[in-house]
Amino acid sequence: MTKNFELILALAFLALLAVLALVGLPGNILNLFIFMMIVALTAQGWNMLGGYGGLSSFGHAAFFGTGAYTTTILQTTFGINAWIGLVCGVALGALVGALIGFLSFRAGLKGSYFALITLAFAEVLRILANSWDFTGGASGMMVSLKNSFWDLQFADRRYFFLILVVFVVLGLFLTRWLERSAFGAYLIALRENDQAAQALGVDIFRIKMQAITLSAAITSLAGCLYVQNFLFIDANVAYGSWISIEALFAAIVGGAGTIAGPLIGSVLLLGLGEITKSFSGGIPGIDLVVFGIILVLCVAFAPNGVRGYVADLYRRRMNRPPSSPKIV
Amino acid sequence: MYSPIIIFEALANGLMLGAVYALIALGLTLIYGVLHIVNFAHGALLTVAMYAIWLAFEKFGLDPYLAILIVTPLMFALGYALQRFIIGPSSHGSDNGILLVTLGLSIVIQNLLLAGFSSDTLTIATDYAFGVVPIGPLLLSLPRVIGLGVSLLTALLLWFVLNRTDIGKAIRAVAKERLGASLVGINVAHVYAMTFALGTACLAIAAGLLMPTFYVSPTTGAAFVLVAFTIVVLGGMGSILGALIGGLLIGVVEAVFSLFLGDSLGQIGIFLIFILVLLVKPTGLFGARG
Repeated sequence: MTKNFELILALAFLALLAVLALVGLPGNILNLFIFMMIVALTAQGWNMLGGYGGLSSFGHAAFFGTGAYTTTILQTTFGINAWIGLVCGVALGALVGALIGFLSFRAGLKGSYFALITLAFAEVLRILANSWDFTGGASGMMVSLKNSFWDLQFADRRYFFLILVVFVVLGLFLTRWLERSAFGAYLIALRENDQAAQALGVDIFRIKMQAITLSAAITSLAGCLYVQNFLFIDANVAYGSWISIEALFAAIVGGAGTIAGPLIGSVLLLGLGEITKSFSGGIPGIDLVVFGIILVLCVAFAPNGVRGYVADLYRRRMNRPPSSPKIV
Repeated sequence: MYSPIIIFEALANGLMLGAVYALIALGLTLIYGVLHIVNFAHGALLTVAMYAIWLAFEKFGLDPYLAILIVTPLMFALGYALQRFIIGPSSHGSDNGILLVTLGLSIVIQNLLLAGFSSDTLTIATDYAFGVVPIGPLLLSLPRVIGLGVSLLTALLLWFVLNRTDIGKAIRAVAKERLGASLVGINVAHVYAMTFALGTACLAIAAGLLMPTFYVSPTTGAAFVLVAFTIVVLGGMGSILGALIGGLLIGVVEAVFSLFLGDSLGQIGIFLIFILVLLVKPTGLFGARG
């Protein structure tokens, strides 16, 4: 299964979803699809750093929330256009990423230390946003309803879904570009062995900085789009650990360090979560129980995620040797 | 300005709360010191222990302090089984695998509790919850004084187990040199599971000490776990003494910050220390390796 084939399959799948949405879907299914795309975009951002760079962040909420709050405050408090708000949200999210990256990579943090510090940064931002009047404090903030393309709001949610699909497609192409670029090659090299990469002349600090900035930018874009859909934000949604966890789970279950992994993961997890919720009669938290079990099973039996598992099955059928196990 | 009595009382309260923090961190640092893993399920396991204490009180009328005697062996067994049959086999020994498996477990446990008990906060009403111990001009809360005493006693007991028993010797051997230990006939998988079990058992004691004055909800443990991580990093990952001193220190910091900034912002002080230590000296005060 070549990389281009993977990309084409993912694009075909998204095209199918888009056609289904345009033809007409029940409202709750469309809402589920919208949420899948937002999580997929968040996970695509996580994948740049956690998948290709091997730096598992437990605090991508820091970027998601920064994007979400920036565009909300610009629109609500300052009356600025939603698209400009989106660009500013992405820029500020990337800046927060660069700042966290600068501090952590200067100190040489990786592995569980990096996971912990990203978690701590997200928590600090959550507590601040929860107690600061500027961000609406504990009661949160609303974006007023406008319903026009220029305000990035649509009375017909199908159009919003299509816009999300476009962003996810861009994410797919960006990931494909990353795999082909020298930057991507350096990033993968430092994931496999950072000391060897450094010895070979890779400026690992610079590469990590670029990776976290890019990763944060994409995740904060997802945060901006989240607000445009739900029109409400508070500290526990924006900076809560739920989004850090969904981003990480989706990327790893789908296949970290692959093009289509985050998309596969988010569709699979959220779909399964929805099915369990409806079968169990809406017991709270039951979908997250399923997520957790799937993550543990994945680490145990499919370390390269669903994407890697399928690829290995295909290779075995073709009588080709399996890909070398990835050291994450 | 604040009167000196209020400040002294805040300091004393911080020390007493810090002792229970230290107990939680002790389990975490022990597991890190031997298995070299960051156990993200630690907070969720604390919540399990707190619910167990609550159930013992609610269903059998057992006093929280007495319930410790029953819940501790149960948590010990749970910890042993988790490491031996789930975390160990499924993570293939890779650091990232363990990180993710314990994270997955914590999500499963936390949400099973949510499904079973709903998100209501539960408390235990005891007649001594508001008891006070007068020490000089200070009035100290009785449950917190007991918490300080029992925490220090547990730390001492843990020190005894590690330094004066055969299993303790095996644990220290595996922590120093895993391959060498297995070559001289130590069952490494068993020692790992025993370490994890000891760390989890500490949580049962901490839960019993917390419940008379605290509440439990499915996310209670998550709030404590970041504090525990801070303590472990501050004290040096794997250092028992570090966890003890770090715990007391963090308790005082939280008490002082809360006094001047209010409760919600008081937590910020902890995270700032955490980030600062990670950035400036990730080996902590007493840590050996980076």
